[in-house]
Amino acid sequence: MPTPTKGPRLGGGPAHERLILANLATALFEHRRITTTEAKAKRLRPLAERMVTFAKRGDLAARRRVMTVLKDKGVIHVLFTEIAPLVADRQGGYTRITKIGPRKGDNAPMAVIELVLEPLSPKQSTVAEATAATKRASKADKPAAAPVEDAPVEEAPVEEAPASATDEATTEPAEEKAVEADSK
Amino acid sequence: MAVPKRKMSRSNTRARRSQWKATPATLSTCSKCKAPRLSHQACPSCGAYGERTYAEAIRSDA
Repeated sequence: MPTPTKGPRLGGGPAHERLILANLATALFEHRRITTTEAKAKRLRPLAERMVTFAKRGDLAARRRVMTVLKDKGVIHVLFTEIAPLVADRQGGYTRITKIGPRKGDNAPMAVIELVLEPLSPKQSTVAEATAATKRASKADKPAAAPVEDAPVEEAPVEEAPASATDEATTEPAEEKAVEADSK
Repeated sequence: MAVPKRKMSRSNTRARRSQWKATPATLSTCSKCKAPRLSHQACPSCGAYGERTYAEAIRSDA
């Protein structure tokens, strides 16, 4: 959940801000890409991504939650039927903000906010597969490794305690490496 | 209401204002068209930002 916004609202008050953001979100889902000020784009991003998350869930309850924000049913239909399948594989980060320099009239910093609709790059998908594979492998390893570690400790009383300690020391870095591989 | 006790001399005014300085913009070079551009912004001459292009960013008056 994003941090609540500090400081003054956009527009004249909270209700005005809700209207501005709802209209911006409607325009974003209608045109897929809008140009606005940086401040508005940054406020719009969490709202728009929450709407996309609801759209990916796709059930009637989610649709009603979206309808509390967006008032245009045509745009909601497009969001649920066209945009949601395009971002089905994406785990968040459905929008992209690019700064395009100040506006001419009032020098306000402007930005383009767009939906990220291109498919995940092959590199990202292979990375996801690799992490899943290492996770599976490490899960398979750990139950097998645990009895081996326990057995010497139970059998060897006091004399082999240092040896088992070294065994643990050698096994621990390996586990750490596995954990690091998982996090990667 | 608090008010200044003394007139501020021209010298003091100008000494204060001498510290109003502009800082140079941190420019970088566009990788596509080699024109100067601001960091973390689309290039104002060709619209390139990384691999993507933004026609909205192109400025002719700059």
